[in-house]
Amino acid sequence: MVAQPAIVQRRDAMTPVLRLLAKRLATSLIVLVGVSMLIFAIARIIPGDPARIALGPNATAEQIAALRAQLHLDQSVFVQYGYFVADVLRGDLGISLYTNRPVTTDIAQFLPATLELILVAGAMMIAFGLPLGIWSARYKGKWADNLIRLISLLGVSAPSFVWAVILMLLFAFYLPLFPIAGRISDDIVVTPVTGFLMIDTLVAGNLRAFADAAWHIALPAFALALSGIGQAARLTRANMVETYERPYIEMARSYGFSERRIANRYAFKPSLIPSLTIIGLDFAAMLGNAFLVEAIFAWPGLSRYGVEVILRKDLNGIVGTVLIISATFLIVNIIVDLLIAFLNPRIRHSQRAS
Amino acid sequence: MSAPMLDIRDLHLSFKGHTGLTEVLHGISLHIQPGERVALVGESGSGKSVTARIVLGLLQDLPSARITGQVLFDGRDLELMSSRARHALRGTAMSMIFQDPTSSLNPVFRIADQFHDVLRRADPSVAKAAAHDRAAAILAEVSIRDAQRVLNAYPFQLSGGMNQRVMIAMALANEPALLIADEPGTALDVTVQAQTLQLMRRLVEDHHTAVLFISHNLGVVREFADRLYVIYKGRMVEQGPTDAVFADPRHPYTRALMAAVPHLTGGGIPEIAEASPDFAAPLVDHEAEAPS
Amino acid sequence: MRRTFAILAANPLSLLGLVLVALVVISAVFADFIAPFPAHRGAVVDFANFNQPPQWPYIFGTDLVGRDLFSRIIYAYRISLVLGIVVLAIAVPIGVTIGLLAGYLGGWTEYLLMRLTDVFLSIPPLVLAMSIMGVLEPTLTNGMLAVTAMWWPWYARLVYNITRGEREEGYVLAAEVIGASRGHVIFREILPNCMPAVITKMTLDMGFVILIASSLSFLGLGVQPPTPDLGSMVAAGATYLPDSWWLTVFPGLAILVAVFGFNLIGDALRDILGADQ
Repeated sequence: MVAQPAIVQRRDAMTPVLRLLAKRLATSLIVLVGVSMLIFAIARIIPGDPARIALGPNATAEQIAALRAQLHLDQSVFVQYGYFVADVLRGDLGISLYTNRPVTTDIAQFLPATLELILVAGAMMIAFGLPLGIWSARYKGKWADNLIRLISLLGVSAPSFVWAVILMLLFAFYLPLFPIAGRISDDIVVTPVTGFLMIDTLVAGNLRAFADAAWHIALPAFALALSGIGQAARLTRANMVETYERPYIEMARSYGFSERRIANRYAFKPSLIPSLTIIGLDFAAMLGNAFLVEAIFAWPGLSRYGVEVILRKDLNGIVGTVLIISATFLIVNIIVDLLIAFLNPRIRHSQRAS
Repeated sequence: MSAPMLDIRDLHLSFKGHTGLTEVLHGISLHIQPGERVALVGESGSGKSVTARIVLGLLQDLPSARITGQVLFDGRDLELMSSRARHALRGTAMSMIFQDPTSSLNPVFRIADQFHDVLRRADPSVAKAAAHDRAAAILAEVSIRDAQRVLNAYPFQLSGGMNQRVMIAMALANEPALLIADEPGTALDVTVQAQTLQLMRRLVEDHHTAVLFISHNLGVVREFADRLYVIYKGRMVEQGPTDAVFADPRHPYTRALMAAVPHLTGGGIPEIAEASPDFAAPLVDHEAEAPS
Repeated sequence: MRRTFAILAANPLSLLGLVLVALVVISAVFADFIAPFPAHRGAVVDFANFNQPPQWPYIFGTDLVGRDLFSRIIYAYRISLVLGIVVLAIAVPIGVTIGLLAGYLGGWTEYLLMRLTDVFLSIPPLVLAMSIMGVLEPTLTNGMLAVTAMWWPWYARLVYNITRGEREEGYVLAAEVIGASRGHVIFREILPNCMPAVITKMTLDMGFVILIASSLSFLGLGVQPPTPDLGSMVAAGATYLPDSWWLTVFPGLAILVAVFGFNLIGDALRDILGADQ
């Protein structure tokens, strides 16, 4: 008789995930410190004196010296970094020289619109990209596969602003199905709670306003999602084609499971796990690409602020924007990692495989 | 002689490739009586695995495969059936056990869930709880004492031998009339392999299941099969009752195979270095000569 | 090499890719002979013909100061290609070397190099390039620098993953056993096995560098006028939608054509060389 192998009990299932979360948070913290140093370094190679730029050409030497002292620009780079970290830890990103307001206030105002756009685009990426990839793999070599491959390659072959221009021309001008710009119609008033219009309208119980917000976000979100949809479809297809070669798929076939069930369940789930990391990265890329789409659709998000602070060499603005975006990115990646851990029994029930 | 469970007559298989048709099976014939254990022996590439996949109806849907001949399953010709009708037989009237148990079970689903899907082939409305109980009962039959824990486990949490038992249990769960075993347990170590084969032998006897046992290992075949066929490069070269063939192997290829496997349960692929022209000698049929 | 080319030419899609890339490369190299108005690459003003829809001799129309869009797109291709080649020529060797060292040496080298890579990968690519461009003067050289800074980590990670797998392979162990130097093992034994994946990625990336560079200049953070650039042309025309559609559509499609061409070839190469992402 063969000895019964040790089997991990079900009630222990959360412990490895929690351990993974702790480990990921620690690594992310190290990376975030690295990011802050990198951003700080980039900000310090700025040519010219930020204080002088901020105050304009008519400022007196005293005024400039005062601002330099206020910004700690008169001290060593290391001291400056120390002040910077201490401020960030207190939730103080400094005053934007562009808006003359705390950078945190600016970001709090502009970030929700951008995040809402990204979340809707991310949902589209998953809702369209994964099924297209599954189909493509299931009908590998058939016309449906070739068509999907061609479309997804086209999707990744143009920057979001080109898709934004094309979609806007087609579906807002020539076929006026969608609004041209903005987040919501002018005659609708929404009390801001979260800053996410699709949530705020629901909180207010105003379904007409919700529909209006959804109608406004559809086109820009789709323009932003297009390359992600293509990427997700390509990746899902590639991983599933590989999975289809595995013995367990032949076993599923030998038991007469339907091709549909094999594709959607037996081949898809093992393929999803390696896809998720890249899908997380694509989602992150949207944080940057949102800038491109917002510019075309006059979306009142972080884009215009980000570009303005960069063009005006507003140090605090640049550092704050990049730091917030990077932190969002890290959070997304941690969520993706946890999702992978949750989906992959090997991680859920033991130490991390990779 | 009763009607055979499986009766293959003059089966040809070719694949359409870039360079035209390549014939893989050159007209093989084989039959299995109900409850009989028949081995198909040959080296890799001899055509034994594709034969199994034709019986299961897995190759028929491949656009590049050209199949001619008759494959009678329980008196019905598979080649004349619709692909839907062939599909209905899989997992119910016939099932298959694969070479490597651990990689043949889906890594991301619990054994219980995979078992549920298997049981649903016979009874589409079977509830999860009922399926769980059925599965536990069948696992007990393959000498798994702690069925609940195994059902809640993922394949990677179980040993290869344990997964092999799970596969055997799944394969027999719907009481198939024919079980195809493609090199079962070759991926396991020799003692575990021998144990699971004994177990499988006992079960198919109890359930009166016909078995097509595919192997390159004559030692294992001798332990398991009532009759055997030796296949070489897509042609049958010798067939007969296991004892008769082992007592008096007459085809040069069969003799070469036996010389390469001196031990009863020796693992590994026999090393037959060179293809001899003798190997193309015609079929030796022990049954045709000795009246049965 | 010749065989690879033959396979590429046999498949309709990769053949299309070859044709598109050939068109882009030929127009970039021979821009002076192909462009109907070579002078329009610079700060020329022709108010008599400003903002004209597509018509002979301006097949793609004219821009807001009367310059031929077709000529400007052709010269923009020249800049895009130069930028792509320079960025990859710098980013790939850096990334590959870091990946090889981290993957083969392990230990602290691995930890430091891969955390550094993580840091760069933790900022969305476009945002990283934007912030670098923000503090530097927006010139072509600085644009290349910014894009290079965001590009090398991808190669570091790719090669690192391959190297970690290859390190345990028999041929590497064999080389170590017979006393080959580290340099020999890394660059003569492991590197050749990374090349199919690297070459495939480079082909795909040629398109993506063009894409990212155009995104930067679209935001006003890249090549500055009057130098013709596809991204800034789209940006300049965006406010004149939908009436002057040609101002944005043709430069936009020009980006699509170039990137799509490189992607088609890259995809086919991946199939042929069997390289994983």
